[in-house]
Amino acid sequence: MTLNDWLCILLLPIILIILAFGLGEFMAKVFSGTRTFLTPVIAPVEQLLYRLFGVDEKEDMSWKTYALSLVIFNIVGIAALFILQAIQGMLPFNPQKFGAVRWDTAINTAISFGTNTNWQAYSGEQTMSYLTQMLGLSVQNFLSAAIGMAALVAVIRGFIRKTSAAIGNFWVDLTRSILYVLLPLVIILSLLLVSQGVVQTLSGSVTAQTLDGGRQIIAVGPVASQEAIKEIGTNGGGFFNANSAHPFENPTPFTNFLEILGLLLIPAALPFTFGAMLKNRRQGIAIFAAMLILYLGGLSIFAANEMHGNPLLEKAGVTSGLNMEGKEVRLGIVNSVLFAHSTTVTSCGAVNSMHDSMMPLGGLILMFNMAIGEVIFGGVGVGLIGMLCYAILTMFLAGLMIGRTPELMGKKLELFEMVMALVIILTPAILLLLLSGIAISTNTGLSSLGNSGPHGLSEIIYAFASTAGNNGSAFAGLNANTIFYNLTTSLAMLAGRFSTIIPALAIAGSLAGKKIVPASTATFPTNGLLFVIMLVSVIIVVGALTFFPVFTLGPFLEHLLLMTGKTF
Amino acid sequence: MKSKKINIWQSKFILPAVRDSVKKLHPLAMARNPVMFVVELVTVMTTLIVVSDIFTGRNFLFNLQISLWLWFTIIFANFAEALAEGQGRAQAESLKKNRSESTAKRLGPGGQSEVISALKLKKEDTIILEDGDTIPGDGDVIEGTALIDESAITGESAPVIRESGGDRSGVTGGTRVLSGKLKVRITANPGESFLDQMIQMVESAKRQKTPNEKALNVLLIALTIVFVVVVVTLKYFAGYMGVGVTVSVLIALLICLMPTTIGGLLPAIGIAGMDRLLRYNFIATSGRAVEASGDVDVVLMDKTGTITLGNRMATEFIPLHEENEKELIDAALLSSLADDTPEGRSIVVLAKEKLGMRGGDIRAPEGAVFIPFSAEARMSGIDWNGRKIRKGSLESIKEFVAAHGTPITDRVEKIVAGIATEGSTPLLVAENEKILGAIRLKDVLKEGISGRIAKLRQMGIKSIMITGDNPLTAATIAAEAGVDDFVAEAKPSTKLELIRRYQGMGHLVAMIGDGTNDAPALAQADVAVAMNAGTQAAREAANIVDLDSNPTKLLDIVEIGKQILITRGALTTFSVANDVAKYFAIVPAIFIAQYPQLKVLDIMNLTSQKSAVLAAVIFNAVIIPLLIPLALRGVRYRPSSATALLRRNLLIYGLGGLVLPFIGIKLIDMIISLLKMV
Repeated sequence: MTLNDWLCILLLPIILIILAFGLGEFMAKVFSGTRTFLTPVIAPVEQLLYRLFGVDEKEDMSWKTYALSLVIFNIVGIAALFILQAIQGMLPFNPQKFGAVRWDTAINTAISFGTNTNWQAYSGEQTMSYLTQMLGLSVQNFLSAAIGMAALVAVIRGFIRKTSAAIGNFWVDLTRSILYVLLPLVIILSLLLVSQGVVQTLSGSVTAQTLDGGRQIIAVGPVASQEAIKEIGTNGGGFFNANSAHPFENPTPFTNFLEILGLLLIPAALPFTFGAMLKNRRQGIAIFAAMLILYLGGLSIFAANEMHGNPLLEKAGVTSGLNMEGKEVRLGIVNSVLFAHSTTVTSCGAVNSMHDSMMPLGGLILMFNMAIGEVIFGGVGVGLIGMLCYAILTMFLAGLMIGRTPELMGKKLELFEMVMALVIILTPAILLLLLSGIAISTNTGLSSLGNSGPHGLSEIIYAFASTAGNNGSAFAGLNANTIFYNLTTSLAMLAGRFSTIIPALAIAGSLAGKKIVPASTATFPTNGLLFVIMLVSVIIVVGALTFFPVFTLGPFLEHLLLMTGKTF
Repeated sequence: MKSKKINIWQSKFILPAVRDSVKKLHPLAMARNPVMFVVELVTVMTTLIVVSDIFTGRNFLFNLQISLWLWFTIIFANFAEALAEGQGRAQAESLKKNRSESTAKRLGPGGQSEVISALKLKKEDTIILEDGDTIPGDGDVIEGTALIDESAITGESAPVIRESGGDRSGVTGGTRVLSGKLKVRITANPGESFLDQMIQMVESAKRQKTPNEKALNVLLIALTIVFVVVVVTLKYFAGYMGVGVTVSVLIALLICLMPTTIGGLLPAIGIAGMDRLLRYNFIATSGRAVEASGDVDVVLMDKTGTITLGNRMATEFIPLHEENEKELIDAALLSSLADDTPEGRSIVVLAKEKLGMRGGDIRAPEGAVFIPFSAEARMSGIDWNGRKIRKGSLESIKEFVAAHGTPITDRVEKIVAGIATEGSTPLLVAENEKILGAIRLKDVLKEGISGRIAKLRQMGIKSIMITGDNPLTAATIAAEAGVDDFVAEAKPSTKLELIRRYQGMGHLVAMIGDGTNDAPALAQADVAVAMNAGTQAAREAANIVDLDSNPTKLLDIVEIGKQILITRGALTTFSVANDVAKYFAIVPAIFIAQYPQLKVLDIMNLTSQKSAVLAAVIFNAVIIPLLIPLALRGVRYRPSSATALLRRNLLIYGLGGLVLPFIGIKLIDMIISLLKMV
């Protein structure tokens, strides 16, 4: 590894912790309605918006009203995005004269961007007009991220409030997420990216004379702004098909570092927000620690595999033992590994290398990151929701083992919370297995495969892990732009999104209505080391028990076969 | 404390339990336990496969063995439940042995009495009890006083007094009148008494699942659903990889992964918890209360009777002025002669001793009018020959002498405060307008009470003492006993308010009571323990009745509640942790023929594929009976910090659950190849 590699690996967690802590504290103030340094600038805009849309800022919603507002808002957004793609041919800002997007692709894309997945079955620069990219995709990039944050804030209120029937105001939470958090961060990141050469223009394409005298048409566009929200909102939908591997999206190792930081930032900051709002900062630190342990643990296994490289190539004398296949030379292994790992632990899904070409065990880590439900930092808002559900599961067992009916942060965990937490944790996993099972046993499903054997299995598992986890990154190798995959992945994305958010709001409503049991010596502290260890173990065990057979047959078997010289 | 443990490992319990466990295979009975119901469903499938194998002439021996072991899995689980039920029934029977044979003298509407069978008694019937009668059912004394032998129920040989009115009016079916005549109103229909309610809670068919059991069941069902999906989809993933897996191997994998260990033992754990309550002479009317008792973090205790021996004893006369000591003792003696309270009697004893009047029968003088103690006036005394002698608290005497225009002097207040700060109760004695002095009444702590309160604190439970005493007296006793907090000068309504306040702060409150005026507070408390000797109102408001009427036994209830929860949690963790080893046994076995590279996963190095699958299934079955003793006894609970407790249980049941099956499956595999079973 080079000095640059070491710097990246060491600096990333340190800078992340510092920025996440600061941002976390800031967001806690924003969502509690406390004054911040941005208030003088933004509050007038905020008030104007409320007046414009007739929002009663003081209204405190029950969980059902909150959930209904959220779902309707989200569904309307998805529908609007679908219509926009259908009629983009008739609308302005379409220099390349793209026609309507194919129906199944349009449905898939609408759901994909509306659910913060940003799975892209299409190739961006060859399908979507600038208007669609900016008014449709970029807008949904903001909204879907803000919806996730609003849902989380409601869940946090469930823990804070006692015997309350309400969990806050969806419209206020949504507006504040956008105005105070997403927009400022996106502006900062966009400017930084532009300074490094990321393209930002409204002109169609550039035609260049190549060295050998040929003509090359180079697609450009409003890239930097979409790039920034792509990372900040853990969306992941790139302007170009090559996503962050494209030099116009991610030109230098510095932009690469910025983008990794950008996509980890809000998910990593939210545990601190949680701790600050709970007035129990150690609790926030404990949850962050659990996430960081899982992040670094997976990263080391992953990096070790990529650094070790492909033994077959080494034997043939081709490489020096590094697995460079599918990676950008200007970024190198460590930057690609860091990016791939970060983009799969958060539900971002932007890519700067081809995950299909990772070593089998590296691919296994990526799939594990997504299959456990995107909780290692995870998507904006929903990642921490998932993590809190694992905490509910953990404390259910821990509570019993210390001889008390289970509780988490003073809230009793009963039948209702158990049902909802299990729905959140298990629905994506069950769907992943079922849909993969269907895909693998039908000709329609198999016909899209680029590879056979265990690698083919991995491609299908990856596709559904990515969509059910609302990640959106692709393993490549699988042609997903077919009616079968467009519809099945749409189902996975919808279920992955709403089977998390709706039950989470139900939990919030139920918890808010409960008393807070004061801590005593008989209460197990959930902000200590033992809790962190147990939480991490529960996540690994649940993941391992659910996916042991498929991971064995897919990436693990591929690894074993590779060792014996057989590839796919 | 007595504990009547019944040894369950005798043929008279085991044989019926074996019979019951086969009877319980009925699908309707199994449906109460969703996890085991799924097991039965797929077991029937394997059996059908075996049958079809036999008819089509295929080799059926392997499938037959799998199928048999799956049946054993279910029967073992049923056996655990049946055994716990048997134990509970035996426990309950021993309590109500005497009742069924007894007869009762019922008072008819005309006042005549008729002899009927005790089983025909209904609620609201009035019965007559005389010397030697066995009390036919739970009731309330409405007339008379009698000495009752409760040893049949409590095991305590010293007889107790039960009388109408007051807080000692409850009688329990099965106890015996030693002497005296009672008129008792029956308070429960046959089959509704506390004992009968308790018996229902040890019969699984009638048992209500507790809230925590329901939540745990949801977790187990969710795990079952996940594993069904894992196993079903595995068939297709394997098919894609060119590996055919037989249905019986898939079913074997499913059963091994499903949480059958905890699913099978869950009902037994709950029933065994109730058994333990019975063994400690508690009768619970709801399983929820028993569970909640593990959560209790505040306990309200009456000072008198719980922390101190009921009676305060006079230990010293303190005259206002040295020279009139005799006057004080005389007045105290005179006013206490007709005072039947223990305090009053102790004053007489002390006065006689001071005056050197050993023995001698002193009678109250002719023409004297006694003023008995009342809660309102808070003093008692005697009017005789124009002398008005009163003894009572500072406030009441202050009022009494104020009527004669005498103020309370500093000296009096100093004496009173002096006695009170030493933890004793001052009783002022006044004659007409003149205060003579004070009597020191000393509270005596119950033996071992401070140790028990310290143990409560170790469990994270805050103890609060309630007393009608003044704050100074209360503080001293509180310090001596080591309670965390106290409420002095409490009125009957204080308890209810206090419980509400603590519940409002999120605490779970336990309360022990016996009097009628405790009933509202008992009804409000999360865990309400009534003394069996208490009034009917108190017993009905409570959710646990202590047959021994020993208030310090609350600790045992808390421990039993915690044990039930810990046992559930520990076995769930154990059950889930077991799955890792089973995966390592079965998954390589399925694929190794096609993909020999997967041999690396076969870390137990099992003999053959068939032997690996069978070993996992057998381990999964036999672990249930092996854990029955633990399920019935409960995981030990030691008061310690929550973190220490969790660390210990995680090590034993989490890590143990991870490692043990690797060893177990390997051993079973060796036995299988030794016996050439496959």
